[in-house]
Amino acid sequence: MSNELIEFVLVSIALLGIGIYGLSVKRNAIRMLFAVEIIVNAANLNLVAFARFMPHSGGQTLALFSIAIAAAEVAVGLALIIVAYRMYKNIDIADFRSLKG
Amino acid sequence: MADALFLAISVLTIGSAIAALEMRSLVYGSIALMGTLGGVAGFYVMLDSPFVAMFQLAVYVGSIAVLILFTVMLVKRELIFKKIEDPKRKFAGIGLMLIVILALGAIIMDSGIKTISTDSDPVDFREIGGDFLVYYWPALILMALILAGSVMGALVLARREDTIENEQ
Repeated sequence: MSNELIEFVLVSIALLGIGIYGLSVKRNAIRMLFAVEIIVNAANLNLVAFARFMPHSGGQTLALFSIAIAAAEVAVGLALIIVAYRMYKNIDIADFRSLKG
Repeated sequence: MADALFLAISVLTIGSAIAALEMRSLVYGSIALMGTLGGVAGFYVMLDSPFVAMFQLAVYVGSIAVLILFTVMLVKRELIFKKIEDPKRKFAGIGLMLIVILALGAIIMDSGIKTISTDSDPVDFREIGGDFLVYYWPALILMALILAGSVMGALVLARREDTIENEQ
């Protein structure tokens, strides 16, 4: 193993920072979903990196579960965006302030 | 020290993550997101976890990216290129990002993680398969139900009611 744990953790922190930036600045609903995906990937990278350096299969198993649940989350999130787009004809979250009935 | 391959993959991953958020067109943005997800899959290969890397490629790069592309195609053309953001908020966001990265980085660099390295053999992926079937099978069944439920929920949400009425 030529790389050390700290390098993977630093990449993961950088991805987390970019994701937080995207979530706080962007107002486009689809771009916010991109930011959420980047944060989820940073977390998964951390799980797999720690699992490799303290050899145990648990981290990889948890990462697999996390990837599968993220797929479900994206499907529901995109469906919600489509519904909101149909109601408001826009994907700007500032327009979604009154999501009623 | 990090080798050239690691540096290349991290530049690809972080660069395309920034591009995914900052590209003007949502279509190019989602293609850049594919680059990020593929780069993370590359990290998994470097971490001797080919099973997770394969899963990442199949689920993220394969299906989620295509799902996002199709959603982008359903949105009006002007909205794909429209970029609405407050410059003040953007500076605040960049500041928040730097604070998070620097604070977490300082904590991590100060901790004992820096010295951890390993010479042990990687976990065999057959072991993961065994774990799934022996220990985690109830969770696997639950996850299958959640996935099926969420896909059905997504279909019900995205269904168009007006087209059915028009046909009648």
